[in-house]
Amino acid sequence: MTEQTGANGAPPQGGIDPLAVPYRQREQSITLERMDRPDEPVYGTELEPETELFTVNMGPHHPATHGVLRLLLTLEGEVVRSCTPLIGYVHTGIEKSCEDQSYWKVIPFVERMDYLSYYFNAMAFCTAVERLLEEEVPPRAQYLRVIHLELNRIASHLFWLGTSALDLGAISFLWYCLRERDKVLDLFEMSSGQRMHPRYFQVGGVIEDIPPGWERKVREFIAYLPSRLDEYEAILDRNEIVLRRLKGVAIVDRETVKGLGVTGPLLRAAGEPWDLRKAMPYSSYDHFDFKIPVGTVGDHYDRYRVRMAEMRESLKIVEQALDGLPEGPYITQNRKVALPPRHELATSMEALIHHFKLVTEGFRVPPSETYAAIEAPRGELGCFVVADGSAKPARVHMRDPSFVNLQLLPHMAQGSLVADLIASIAMLDPILGGIDR
Amino acid sequence: MSHAAPLAVVNYSEDWWIQILKAIVIFLVVLQIVPLVLLVERKLLGRFQSRYGPNRVGKFGLLQPLADVLKLLSKEQATPNTAVPWMMAIAPVISIFTATATLAIIPFGDVGSWGDHFGLYGIDVSIGILYAFAFGALAFYGLMLGGWASGSKYSFLGSMRSAAQLISYEIALGLSLLGVVIQAGSLSLTEIVDAQRDYWFVISQFVGFLIFTVAGFAETNRPPFDLPEAETELVSGYNTEFGGMRFGSFFMAEYINMIVISGIAATMFLGGWHGPGPAALDPLWMLLKIAGFLVFFIWVRATLPRLRYDQLMSFGWKVLLPLATLNVLVTAIVVVVS
Repeated sequence: MTEQTGANGAPPQGGIDPLAVPYRQREQSITLERMDRPDEPVYGTELEPETELFTVNMGPHHPATHGVLRLLLTLEGEVVRSCTPLIGYVHTGIEKSCEDQSYWKVIPFVERMDYLSYYFNAMAFCTAVERLLEEEVPPRAQYLRVIHLELNRIASHLFWLGTSALDLGAISFLWYCLRERDKVLDLFEMSSGQRMHPRYFQVGGVIEDIPPGWERKVREFIAYLPSRLDEYEAILDRNEIVLRRLKGVAIVDRETVKGLGVTGPLLRAAGEPWDLRKAMPYSSYDHFDFKIPVGTVGDHYDRYRVRMAEMRESLKIVEQALDGLPEGPYITQNRKVALPPRHELATSMEALIHHFKLVTEGFRVPPSETYAAIEAPRGELGCFVVADGSAKPARVHMRDPSFVNLQLLPHMAQGSLVADLIASIAMLDPILGGIDR
Repeated sequence: MSHAAPLAVVNYSEDWWIQILKAIVIFLVVLQIVPLVLLVERKLLGRFQSRYGPNRVGKFGLLQPLADVLKLLSKEQATPNTAVPWMMAIAPVISIFTATATLAIIPFGDVGSWGDHFGLYGIDVSIGILYAFAFGALAFYGLMLGGWASGSKYSFLGSMRSAAQLISYEIALGLSLLGVVIQAGSLSLTEIVDAQRDYWFVISQFVGFLIFTVAGFAETNRPPFDLPEAETELVSGYNTEFGGMRFGSFFMAEYINMIVISGIAATMFLGGWHGPGPAALDPLWMLLKIAGFLVFFIWVRATLPRLRYDQLMSFGWKVLLPLATLNVLVTAIVVVVS
């Protein structure tokens, strides 16, 4: 347990070896310096005892709550005095349903939790199961996973950008971002056959190698996106209204954010350079050279800039992964876990048996439990799997970042105006499918 | 006097049937513009947002507004239990009445444009622009009553916002036009247009024009000042609980208000009906200027995000109002000195 907890109380690293170098020396962060340093919010009045408060149920059907989030608001005029998020309106019982599926059938279920970062959900689950099986993932599969994860991160952040701008009132932005996101989805469709929820990641690797020509398309996208991001920054960063809506709004200090267990861009915007891709590298993330964007003030503007910078960093990772894409198998050769290639079925008795066993029963996992955490677009996405020795998991639980991050909302909304509350929800980027599961 | 001036120059001399005819024509023309603006807005927004816009109903989607209106007409009028029904019923009427009433004074051409016996405007009232402000101020009762009578909290917040917004921007709007009035030496809109025979007031009153444009956006509740109906915050603000043609009336009132503000801007700053070509083309020039301003409205909607409530108020009171006052002062001094 010597190296297992980092400088900021990192969760214990179950399964993988503690890394030799402390996190503080490994984290490569770029601090997004700011000229302005807003001290105090400019609005907010002292609550007078005789002032009339009124209660509003914002949601679950409200155009700006990103799904079916319900907020119990106490308003004093337009100023939010208290804000209580109420959840559970899209509870689908996915975690319970997972217990009734063999391991390989769980993947499509978990993908549908946080429906904007499906690759990450599958990745968290597969990583957990691979740890239980002590299964090595071939390097090519690791790189392919990284490429898809980072493209998914870009798609997710693009959607966040579009909906956030929409919540601020810039209606056109949604379509611009969706146009770019569609290009990512086109890539997904080409490589994995589906635009969303592709079930591309398998235990032990990925289900198929990338098709010929895909690499060229990804490179085209890498060359294309930065110019678009520049355009977005030009239209948002130089817009006085946007700056006034973002700068100095909903500042939550670093300690509070950390204390609430908030992770991801929200934590980094508050100035904490914590990223699991650096802290506990998984899937060859330590092979790539990238930076962690970190904010300085912890307001909406930092949250916006951190995510914008993250998209550029993700592009860098994708490019490096494409450059260094190793040859070799794309899924583990262990026939007890991964399906044999189709052509072997006609010639090999063994392959036929393995195929039959895997498809009908699935693989069995020795009794044990583990927690695998990865860095999803919204923060630490963890998957806790308990195996009882059968072909079905005894328990699957997801630590969804949206769920934990939602705790930050009352802190952000306290004393702000209704319009800022909407901006806070947008910057929080909650996915209700992930929160309720 | 060797030959008398046309009687129409001295108001209220037109035949009664001409006045009725003018009222009908103006009403019809503007009510036909509204669906066109609607369609143009959706088409343009579509293009701004890299999509097509409506193109299914009729050729190029030309019948889309008709389909929308038919849909609204066939809708049920839902009234919440907490609402005050009769107020909910009259609020849209107030809105649309005040919007159309202001149209009467916008001149589309002078006496002589199409004949020596009538001017191409509803009435040329001597108080001119004050008439527009009177109805502009009344218009807020429509939003206020509509929001308050709905008995919904979002509507209530929306109507509060609209009340505060209209009051604070009305003043800047008025002051921004005062410079023009001082320069033209008249309140009458036709005389103001006549005074722009040599050059448009947008040149000498550029600051006033800017203030008017900004305040005009706020006055019509258009983005970036669409706080009373901020969709992402208040669902739909004051008209959340309205359905069917009651909502349609609010919607139409908003677009008529846009046309009115564009008309006033064209009249006060852009030379009104003046333009090259014979006098018969005057109304066309006026309509073109209005159309240009409307496109600007739409363009801004596609580009800018929404201001926050407190920012809107402080901008109105701390920036626009002092600036407009200063503009009036400078204009007055220049006019007196020269």
